[in-house]
Amino acid sequence: MLMVNLILILLVGGVLAMLSERLGETMPRKVALAVVLVDIVYLLSQLSAMPQLTQLQAPVPDDPSTWLMHFKAQWIPAFGINIEFALDGISLLMVMLTLVLGAIAVSSSWTDVTTKQGFFEANLLWTLAGVLGVFMALDLFLFFLFWEVMLIPMYFMIAIWGHENRGYAAMKFFIFTQASGLLMLVATLALVAVNQNATGVWSFSYFDLLHTSMSGQTAHWLMLGFFVAFVVKLPGFPFHTWLPDAHTQAPTAGSVILAGILLKTGAYGLIRFAVPLFPQAALDFSFVAMLLGVAGVVYGAVLAFAQTDFKRLVAYSSVSHMGFVLLGVYAWNELALQGAVMQMVAHGFSTAALFMIAGSLQERLHTRDMREMGGLWQQMPRMGAVAMFFVVASLGLPGLGNFVAEFLVLLGLFQANPWMTAVAALGLITGAIYSLILMQRSFQGEPNARYDSHRLVDFAGREMFTMTVMMVALVALGLYPQPVLDMAQPVLQSLLELTSAGVTP
Amino acid sequence: MNSSQMMALMPILMLSLTAVVLMIQASIKRDQNVAWWITAAGFLLTIWGAGYARDFTQSVTILLDVDDWGLFFSTLIVFASLVSLILSRESFSREGERKEEYYLLLVLSVLGAVILIQSSHMASLLLGMELMGVALYAMIAFPEKGELPLEAAIKYLVLSACASAMLLFGFALVYAATGDLTYAGIGAEVDVAYGREPLVLVAGSAMILAGLGFKLSVVPFHMWTPDVYQGAPTPVTAFLATVSKGAVFVALSRFYLEAELYQYDTLIAALSVVAVTSMLAGNWLALRQNNIKRLLAYSSIAHFGYLLVALIAISIAQSIAQAQLISDAVTFYLTAYILTTLAAFAVVAQLSGEDDGKSMIGAYDGLFWRHPVQALGLTVALLSFAGIPLTAGFIGKFYLINVAIESQLWFLLVALVLGSAIGIYYYLRFIFAMSKTSATIVKTQPKAAFSGQDVVSIVLLTLVLALGSWPQPFIEFAGRL
Repeated sequence: MLMVNLILILLVGGVLAMLSERLGETMPRKVALAVVLVDIVYLLSQLSAMPQLTQLQAPVPDDPSTWLMHFKAQWIPAFGINIEFALDGISLLMVMLTLVLGAIAVSSSWTDVTTKQGFFEANLLWTLAGVLGVFMALDLFLFFLFWEVMLIPMYFMIAIWGHENRGYAAMKFFIFTQASGLLMLVATLALVAVNQNATGVWSFSYFDLLHTSMSGQTAHWLMLGFFVAFVVKLPGFPFHTWLPDAHTQAPTAGSVILAGILLKTGAYGLIRFAVPLFPQAALDFSFVAMLLGVAGVVYGAVLAFAQTDFKRLVAYSSVSHMGFVLLGVYAWNELALQGAVMQMVAHGFSTAALFMIAGSLQERLHTRDMREMGGLWQQMPRMGAVAMFFVVASLGLPGLGNFVAEFLVLLGLFQANPWMTAVAALGLITGAIYSLILMQRSFQGEPNARYDSHRLVDFAGREMFTMTVMMVALVALGLYPQPVLDMAQPVLQSLLELTSAGVTP
Repeated sequence: MNSSQMMALMPILMLSLTAVVLMIQASIKRDQNVAWWITAAGFLLTIWGAGYARDFTQSVTILLDVDDWGLFFSTLIVFASLVSLILSRESFSREGERKEEYYLLLVLSVLGAVILIQSSHMASLLLGMELMGVALYAMIAFPEKGELPLEAAIKYLVLSACASAMLLFGFALVYAATGDLTYAGIGAEVDVAYGREPLVLVAGSAMILAGLGFKLSVVPFHMWTPDVYQGAPTPVTAFLATVSKGAVFVALSRFYLEAELYQYDTLIAALSVVAVTSMLAGNWLALRQNNIKRLLAYSSIAHFGYLLVALIAISIAQSIAQAQLISDAVTFYLTAYILTTLAAFAVVAQLSGEDDGKSMIGAYDGLFWRHPVQALGLTVALLSFAGIPLTAGFIGKFYLINVAIESQLWFLLVALVLGSAIGIYYYLRFIFAMSKTSATIVKTQPKAAFSGQDVVSIVLLTLVLALGSWPQPFIEFAGRL
């Protein structure tokens, strides 16, 4: 029940946050923060009661009883659809990341959102609930449901509280994900139909579908259906074009959730579904996928360099960083996968922080254009220092989480394809260029005369606290990544065993 | 005819009784309020009658075939008429004229629809369709003021007449080839007749399909739809979109199945073309519509394109399980479509009334902040049309995609997915408009008070969501039909 409760708390909490607006303008954000914190405390209290957490066993992918947690209840028996949740190391990592970033997102909306706060916080909590569902659902129908439903509150967040071009951005975001989601739905149904023809039973359960035998060509097409849906969300080149618009136009909390969590659902989908369900097809396709990954790394970096809009630059840097995840997944060995998981966590923090800084700048300067910034460090030294930290984290400075992630990916990738690794490593250099440009244009250099007359408010206690949380997280990930690696390792290992059994060398 | 057969005809009898009572009432004292209550009571009695008749399902003469499937759709259609009746109370009483005739026409039109649903003979098919159609022309033109309703009625009248002519010619040709007018009789003769006179038979059934296709407004018989939807009073549009189209689709599937039309490859090919063009053109033409009634018109074209996929799939169904899946798909999708359409029009009727200017997208700006219940109702309806999970429309689409995959109709599947992807855009445009927060909209227009029509919206909204989030009971129910 833990997993169902986690989602229910957020859903009900959203309604409470909306209703609490009647008690006062500022109530919703307090309620929302309380709800997310309650969720975190609840999760931790339940986890501490679980003995198996201290020594994680490798879960057998097709045997739910070996997983950390498993929940199953009938829903639509006519089609063998169940409400089925399960938790293993990777999903647990993602759930924790979601909740922590959720709290951070609520905090970042503290002063940013001024109209309809109740509905805003409700949408934020509902998005989190949808994302949790995606990370825990192991029934493909249920997974698809969360995958689609989490879009609606996110759509409202962009469409109602976004910036100047919000209508276009929200629409593009929704259409990209929905249309690709339709492909996934078709692929899911086809997979279920193949399984049903073979066994005579309707089932949408991941555990039943893992060993569906089908012809190579069928597997190839179905794998593509999943691949496209996940890569659009990731986003991988060439499906990334919705991302700069959506991230730039979304309100700060929306950008934090989008970049921090929503993109990770794509990566998670690749690791959990796209490869294990179709191991042979994924192996045959891995070269193309890695090519797309490399293209994303380099192209995203080049485009990021060319931006003048603070948020757009960070958005394109996400394309580049997510390219590493794609590379890591399709190199499909333990090192690279560890790197991909690490990147999901580390990028979640570093990008969320950069978007928060962008949001704070916009709140103070009413622009995101870096040509109108410059020398801001003088007026806001605390913000400048924080920005510097996250910029160097994002460019992959050793000692911080992102470096560990990218290094592991490259190390693993080298075993799979050395040439690809050489090109992808360029991403580290280009990353340094656009990151430092970002820093120079906004915080260093000549102060812009426009802001001489009025004082800009530096980061205060609340902002410094949230930033510190993320800084500590990144330093911890960089210096002692072992806990995260330990948590993911058994899962990755068993996934590797599963796929190697399904592949003819 | 024995008493058990009379019992089977209970819904039809109840509707006829209502029509008679309405006429008597009008001759004693003309009062539109009383007429409204009589009609409402008549519809409720009909719904009861349809339930009662379930114990007496049988063929009644060669004209009508009362079965569970038909009774279910009769109930659904009477329910839709009831909603349309509730919606029209508001908009007609506003005009303050004597409108009793309208209720009589409504009852007669529903009677036609119920006959159409239960027909098993070409004569009853035609009778039902004409009764439904002729009453509908008058209903469309009912507001005497304004040019739009009149234009719509005349357009509908002229094109309907052409469709009926086609239908009749088709009947004649099929009769010439098979020598039978009952669906089952035609089905039994098809093999022999096809060997003898294939051209006559195919031409005849193609003309029948064209005649029915006109009422369903599938491409290329769709030209009238947006104008009629826009011009007709909104409750009548709701009636046309649900009762008329629903009944015709049920009749079409019945005829198609029992007369075994699915055996002709030429017809299947033609139907496939119609389905694909309806899905694509319907969605494509809806893209730039700023008037919500026109938008719903084009989207309904697309939705009947989706439904045709199920009919085409029957031609290649190999097992009973597959045929069962297909018939469940039709039942579910049609039910979802009718409920969703009603939910959408319930909102449009309340907001737009008969003022065409208020159907434009601008009138929906910021609706969430002015009238949350209505905005929520329309949002859920649009999401259901778009096929977003947790709504009835999604389970419907889930069924159709399943059917297309099981029957390996890849080409149709591609059109279905493509059409759905296009569709998201125009449904979202209205949702976006409703969520606008610009200060002028929110401040200048006061929050509307809770009204009786909100109850209708809430009921429909709940039905759409319930069917989408907990479909199992309905799936079981549909499986037994």
